[in-house]
Amino acid sequence: MLLLKLGVRFLAKVTNVLLVGVGGQGTLLAARILSGVLQQGGYDVKMSEVHGMSQRGGSVVTFVRYGDRIYSPLVEKGTADLILSFEKMEALRWLPYLKPGGTVVVNDFALLPAPVLMGKAEYPYNALEILKEQAETLIVLDAAKVAMEEAGNIRTQNVALLGALASHMDIDTEIWQQVIRESVPPKTVEANLKAFAAGGQQH
Amino acid sequence: MAELKLPKGEKSVKLFLSGNEAIARGGYEYGATFAAAYPGTPSTEILENLTSYEEIYAEWSTNEKVALEVGLGASLAGSRVIVAMKHVGVNVAADPLFTAAYTGVNGGFLLVSADDPTMHSSQNEQDNRNVAPFAKIPMLEPSDSQEAKDLVGQGFEISEKFDTPVLIRITTRIAHGKGLVHCQERQQPPELDYKKDAAKYCMLPAFARQRRLVIEERTARLQEFSENFPYNKIEWGSKDVGIITSGISYQYAKEVFGDSASYLKLTLTWPLPEKMIREFAAKVNKIYVIEELDPYLETQIRALGVEVIGKDVIPNMFELSAEILRERILGQKLPEQELDVPIPPRPPVLCAGCPHRPVFYILKKMKVPVMGDIGCYGLAVPPPLEAVDTTVCMGASITMAHGFQKASSWLGTNKKAVGVIGDSTFFHSGMTGLADLVFNKGASAVLVLDNRTTAMTGHQPHPGSGITAKGEPTQEIKIEDVVRSMGVEDVAVVDAYDLDGAEKAIRHALDFDGPSVVIFRRACALLKGLPKLPPLQIDQEKCTKCHICLSTGCPALVHHPDKSVTIDTDACTGCTVCAQVCPFDAIVEVGGEVLG
Repeated sequence: MLLLKLGVRFLAKVTNVLLVGVGGQGTLLAARILSGVLQQGGYDVKMSEVHGMSQRGGSVVTFVRYGDRIYSPLVEKGTADLILSFEKMEALRWLPYLKPGGTVVVNDFALLPAPVLMGKAEYPYNALEILKEQAETLIVLDAAKVAMEEAGNIRTQNVALLGALASHMDIDTEIWQQVIRESVPPKTVEANLKAFAAGGQQH
Repeated sequence: MAELKLPKGEKSVKLFLSGNEAIARGGYEYGATFAAAYPGTPSTEILENLTSYEEIYAEWSTNEKVALEVGLGASLAGSRVIVAMKHVGVNVAADPLFTAAYTGVNGGFLLVSADDPTMHSSQNEQDNRNVAPFAKIPMLEPSDSQEAKDLVGQGFEISEKFDTPVLIRITTRIAHGKGLVHCQERQQPPELDYKKDAAKYCMLPAFARQRRLVIEERTARLQEFSENFPYNKIEWGSKDVGIITSGISYQYAKEVFGDSASYLKLTLTWPLPEKMIREFAAKVNKIYVIEELDPYLETQIRALGVEVIGKDVIPNMFELSAEILRERILGQKLPEQELDVPIPPRPPVLCAGCPHRPVFYILKKMKVPVMGDIGCYGLAVPPPLEAVDTTVCMGASITMAHGFQKASSWLGTNKKAVGVIGDSTFFHSGMTGLADLVFNKGASAVLVLDNRTTAMTGHQPHPGSGITAKGEPTQEIKIEDVVRSMGVEDVAVVDAYDLDGAEKAIRHALDFDGPSVVIFRRACALLKGLPKLPPLQIDQEKCTKCHICLSTGCPALVHHPDKSVTIDTDACTGCTVCAQVCPFDAIVEVGGEVLG
């Protein structure tokens, strides 16, 4: 059941994706769903992240790479095809990883880091404008709004963001839906599928 | 963890596993029946996943030395054993390990060392490949999740065939990197009877001297074996450049050089296949040794008389990457976006409601030397708490405080010191230090932060938790009972959220002329199933913007550009510590006024 668009599969040698955010935001589940989708799609996939200290509210990144054969699990600076950011400032932090012409999908959401909370640093509230200048394609999604209004469950934010990401990847929607069904708690399947669909249409 | 089970009726399935999950899966497939570990990033998930297989006994041991010894006993009884720990844990386990190399094993015995280059979550960056020649035990280095699983099977066979513990050395990117792994059914482990053999297992000097000879003979046989070990392999590409590499470094090398180089990919990296290295070297023009951290391969290869380029161009510290190889060897830099916007750092912080916060808030005010330990309380080192003077290794809080206090007394400077240690860390290696303090008439204050779990590594149970790794109820060892039985007479148990009570207890402990222990008992705010406390809010009428609350460093407090402070009620756990430090009683329960 290879539902991939074959042209893309053979043209694109390796695709690099960054999922970035703040420890505790649920980037991990999103990365797992994405990797599951890519595996179903018949790709070789590698995913790399760091656990431990960073879970306590620190900046977190998960690298996902896929293609015919993947060696390094890490994405090099200037080579990311896609950056999915769960938080505005984190998108800026990881922007040096974006390749020229790459796409940024960003959650229109600010989570203030400790130095800002304590008044020791300023939050770049103009993050979206900077991103607009720097990224060739910028998708801004208010994931909380989509999760609440379209899916009726605030916890579906990460899947709403995946919906936006999916609209920039050539993988059949059915594969996404199947992997989401298998990855989220059974009671939330419908809400997550709604969030996924709405996330893909909101821009 | 259920994903690690094979679907019914399937002979083989491809699963997406981290290196740690793959090692656990390998334990299952290749007949492990026993596993022991102490949690430590990046090794923790190995044992966590092993607990999910009913065929395998798995325990969280009190420390790594204990885990290794428990594992050795299990091997003698006939089990195939996996013992797992982070790199610094191997230091703790070194004593039994170095002699287990002499006794050898019965059932296959694997020690997994998970090293942490760049120190993502560690206090030092040691390259544990050096342990293999030091302890004289064979070492395997997987380069991805598939090999991590396969090498468990290979390791058990090597261990049983050569009668030796085997070291499997991984690094963070192997441990936490995920890839596709072909998984199969479990194979039945061999049946191995225990036979009493004092000359093999009792390392008295006379027997140890005989076993010393056995090790040399074994190493010679292992060397021969490594020449034909199928996971040591040559991949021919262009012969202009030859690359000798192992582990994750192989992936970075392939990423950058692809087919434009030939590779000698080493997997059994002690003892090295010397003939194979010489033959490879003879067929390529120029050789790079590509390895992370120490010049481990390079030094041995140079000793064979083979000219190589290694640490002259590749850094000997921090993680390696394809980027570094591209830059250092090829002189290439990929274009990257440059930003001139200052981006504030986002350091990890003690969580909202963390029961460690009030203790460090008080200690900061007291300006007393605080000897810290390994755990979440490392987050009390940076601002705003800045309450910790030292962080060295597991257990070093009590002992360093004792040494500091004794020396101060001896030198006449008479400084008191406080040792601050967690509950899991107390059982790991705090108890022996406390015995030393009591025995040697110390007078330090010891603060045990008992948050009911091993928090930093993700909530593993310990001897004070009343539950085993397999989730069975067990005897709960009470820290106050342990402390009293060691002869500490001044012992207090305090709720960490009670700021006044905590401060009084600490002041008393510091004034007390003798060993004094205060146990701060309050569960980690991230533990599941805790009773919910009502969140707090700031009465803006009463708030004077003095910002004393911000000095607690709680991430639920939000400082706005107009200098006002509010509380993020979603993040707030209702611990009330900020309300207790507020001099103006401006912090109240949400809806508190209405309820009166």
